[in-house]
Amino acid sequence: MAIIHIDGKSYEVKEGKNLLETCLSLGLDLPYFCWHPALGSVGACRQCAVKSFKDEKDTKGKLIMSCMEPVKDQLRISVSDKEAAAFREQVIGWLMTNHPHDCAVCDEGGSCHLQDMTVMTGHSYRNYHFSKRTYKNQYLGPFLNHEMNRCIQCYRCVRFYKDFAGGKDLDVFAAHNHVYFGRYKEGTLESEFSGNLAEVCPTGVFTDKTLKQHYTRKWDMTYAPSICQGCGLGCNIIAGERYGSLRQISSRYNGAVNGYFLCDRGRYGYEFVNSERRIREVAIRGLMDHAIDPGAALQYLQDKLPPGRTIGIGSPRASLESNFVLQQLVGDDNFYLGMSDAEHDLATLALKILKNGPVRTPSMQEAATADAVLILGEDLLNTAPMMALSVRQAVRKQPLQDAMNTTHVPAWQDAAVREAMQDKHGPFYILHIQPTGLDEIATRTYHTAPDNITRIGFAVSQLLGAPVAAVKDLSEEEQQLAQAIADALLAAERPLIIAGYGCGCEGTMREAANISWALQQKGKAAMLVLTTPECNSLGLEMLGSHRLETAVTAVLDGDIDTVIILENDLYRRLDRHIADQFFQHCKEVVLLDHLYNATAEKATVLLPAGTFAESDGTLVNNEGRAQRFFQVFAGSGVVQESWRWLLQLGAATNNARLKNLVYLDDVTQALAQSSAIFAGIDQLTPPADFRIAGQKIPREPHRYSGRTAMLANVNVSEPKPPEDADTAMSFTMEGYRGEPPSSMIPFFWWPGWNSVQSINKYQTEVGSSLHDGDSGKRLIEPKANGQAPYFSYSPDNFVPLAGHLMLVPLYHIFGSEELSVHTPAVAERMPAPYILLNPEDAQRYQVVESHQLQLSVNGHPYTFTVKTDARLHKGMAGLPVGLPGIEVVGVPVLGKL
Amino acid sequence: MFSLLRSMWLVFLHMFHKRETYQYPEERAPLPARWRGRIALTRDPDGGERCVGCYLCAAACPVDCISLQATEDEHGRRYPEFFRINFSRCIFCGSCEEACPTYAIQLLPDFEMAEYNRQNLVYEKENLLINSEGKYPGYNYYRVAGMAIDGKAKGEAEHEEPPVDIKSLLP
Repeated sequence: MAIIHIDGKSYEVKEGKNLLETCLSLGLDLPYFCWHPALGSVGACRQCAVKSFKDEKDTKGKLIMSCMEPVKDQLRISVSDKEAAAFREQVIGWLMTNHPHDCAVCDEGGSCHLQDMTVMTGHSYRNYHFSKRTYKNQYLGPFLNHEMNRCIQCYRCVRFYKDFAGGKDLDVFAAHNHVYFGRYKEGTLESEFSGNLAEVCPTGVFTDKTLKQHYTRKWDMTYAPSICQGCGLGCNIIAGERYGSLRQISSRYNGAVNGYFLCDRGRYGYEFVNSERRIREVAIRGLMDHAIDPGAALQYLQDKLPPGRTIGIGSPRASLESNFVLQQLVGDDNFYLGMSDAEHDLATLALKILKNGPVRTPSMQEAATADAVLILGEDLLNTAPMMALSVRQAVRKQPLQDAMNTTHVPAWQDAAVREAMQDKHGPFYILHIQPTGLDEIATRTYHTAPDNITRIGFAVSQLLGAPVAAVKDLSEEEQQLAQAIADALLAAERPLIIAGYGCGCEGTMREAANISWALQQKGKAAMLVLTTPECNSLGLEMLGSHRLETAVTAVLDGDIDTVIILENDLYRRLDRHIADQFFQHCKEVVLLDHLYNATAEKATVLLPAGTFAESDGTLVNNEGRAQRFFQVFAGSGVVQESWRWLLQLGAATNNARLKNLVYLDDVTQALAQSSAIFAGIDQLTPPADFRIAGQKIPREPHRYSGRTAMLANVNVSEPKPPEDADTAMSFTMEGYRGEPPSSMIPFFWWPGWNSVQSINKYQTEVGSSLHDGDSGKRLIEPKANGQAPYFSYSPDNFVPLAGHLMLVPLYHIFGSEELSVHTPAVAERMPAPYILLNPEDAQRYQVVESHQLQLSVNGHPYTFTVKTDARLHKGMAGLPVGLPGIEVVGVPVLGKL
Repeated sequence: MFSLLRSMWLVFLHMFHKRETYQYPEERAPLPARWRGRIALTRDPDGGERCVGCYLCAAACPVDCISLQATEDEHGRRYPEFFRINFSRCIFCGSCEEACPTYAIQLLPDFEMAEYNRQNLVYEKENLLINSEGKYPGYNYYRVAGMAIDGKAKGEAEHEEPPVDIKSLLP
């Protein structure tokens, strides 16, 4: 700790950090542009100048850039010094010389860091009266707008895009006062993290293009803290609504989960909420001629749910609450997890490993502190994109440490350490079926069949001293690779092993567990990440119940009359032919969902469920972290949360298990009591009767406009605003104006800080946790000192089967996920359906690129368009799972020619 | 006593003064140009809508009686998809006019807006948009703003240099 003196006041602060960061952590307002908490300092914008004094007697002092100054004991500075303030005002005056006169038509306006800083420095009148520099803009794809005139040359965009996220196609061009930030030629930005540019850019050069389609200012949206539904990582998001439609997703800082950023699927995949395909009315097959009110539907269903002959099918994309209430409604024995067979196996295994193993599964921010990484059969950029961003930071760790040791500069001196590091990377090995986007920074990559990946993993764990038998018939190359990996992991202190659902193979997960356990026993602080396919896969698995296959058998045997399906499209879980048969044998199919899909086509009763934006609930991410998401706006008409529909169904059928459950808190309390693993889940967020100074927490900013006009076209007398009986948040702008608890921050705003940069004010220390801790509760902790339950099975070498192709899953960030493809911008980035073959296989089966290949899977014929890649193992074929147009489910599976 | 008589005398004198009362509606009071009355949306000198849907008027409105939705036309010009003022709430404070960066929303010297039915006080864009530049003739926002629109490319606005040739190294 050091004592520093700012404007005559003494503060005790951490040594070694930079002065700007320290001042912001102390709550002082100091303007800045080029510095970003996640990107470090480069000292380019000269905006954060303060005066530094030699000692007490020094009255003259000198101007220094606070972001470049390390904190030392007895440092004397002045932020409010007249000269320093005048300097900052001058600098912003210069930065603004060419800034165009277009705030009114700029999407950044109202949440603009440049506006905030201009006001903060007091630069209110333009001194420059000559003509302004202009630039031509570029088309950057469906996600971002480009308006280069607004640029103030802070370089944050390229520092994030290239240096932090590893993008290749955004750069800075030209020279002197003409520098240009863009692509070498017009085209779509390729990075999976491009959307963050809209938040990283301090002004409006890069803005959210999907927001522009229904543009709303920051102050005009109704916000709620939410959780991303795009994959199993559970990134924290803020969702904003206006006029009944969801307008924007932005990142919600969580120091343990996603930090400052989001991937593009998470940021842009929200428009299914506004989709034309939404189910908005109750429908009963055969009663087409009139609208059905919910009461009538519940009455209709009253005698259609015979106990014992009714089953419920849950969903990994529905909240824990909805799944739990369905389980209670139909009874434990009649509840089935709505996952495909393969997914079910993987989720069961993941939960078993995390629960019984002694190794900790890290949060994303912890994963970024690893110093060696091994990925077994996972294309992270497409299956768990934000984890790939963490891996990128982890791979920097070792060279960063070396650079700091040799050059003696702190890690936040971004330009200096990057110069010292050059393009060195820490130990990073990827074993996958095909090349991945992270290959370029890997020490070594190896592309082979999932079984062979398992075998190499097995050999590594054996080399690390796991009590397992040696693997037979490893090729020399594979043996060398295993040795190299084992050596690299042993040399590290915090090795990170990643596996998951990426190649649909249980073996890779088992071996990842084996390796991490063996490393743990060698005294390493090993970490193990297992990815999960959907936002609540692990939560559903924790709830636990029967397989979907069993439900199919029961229905086909004629034991079942009614099936209640919760937010699930069974055509994505079951073979199309089996699903068809399944529905033929059901008398009543009750579907609670929000989008009209193939299953809705078969349903006899449709109940309109709320999406994440219209519901409260809890999700469990791949780390076992339970996180609550809040309703953003009241659903239109009869749309309501699935769990509420099910509770009403329970009340209509006098279900004893659901008696006395009405509100969210009732359900979470019942859930917490139902099983030890869910203990404490009712305390994730303050209860519904929580108040600060007697007030609720408002979802709307205090400048929210149009309240007395937005519905005036319907009726000039304003209706009463909807009330939220489930949570401590209100749907209006009335309520407590201070800082809410960290788990229920609807938006980041601070006086003088309208942009997202106001996050600084919510953190205990810049870049660390939020004021009362990062939200979410880890439900699984490793068994310290526990025995490692090693897996000892190793498969045989993968041998192609004559006349057959082993179909293995390939994932796409844009396309593989069910809901995000309903955003037109995401659909634009989606690949056309294809099958990937090794060129030798293609030759053998006499097809070439873009030809059609007929395959029979489980006895049913399918046709695919061929793509070839020599790096794919012979005898295998990659199939983009979940992509619209690909009907095969249950991959990996054998396909017959 | 004296003051009483004086008052009566002064009142008596008023019989010979000019009348202050207007015989409204036959006779109308001349209103000053800056009178804060009826709110209108004005047009550019070239006839385009001045409103760019920036939401500043709505934010400035103390009674929150303005609501709109911005959108963009095929020429790259922003305009309000709908623009609604609930005059039954409006207090004619003029904050919206003050906030407007494009001189689009203007309060005009006209107060005759009474209605029997309150619902009729809800004005939509077609009721608000007038075919005039209002009090600020000659101002054209897009001529000074940096955004390119159809017919005005980058560098063609007032006080703008032609777009930078990023391949040039000349100073």
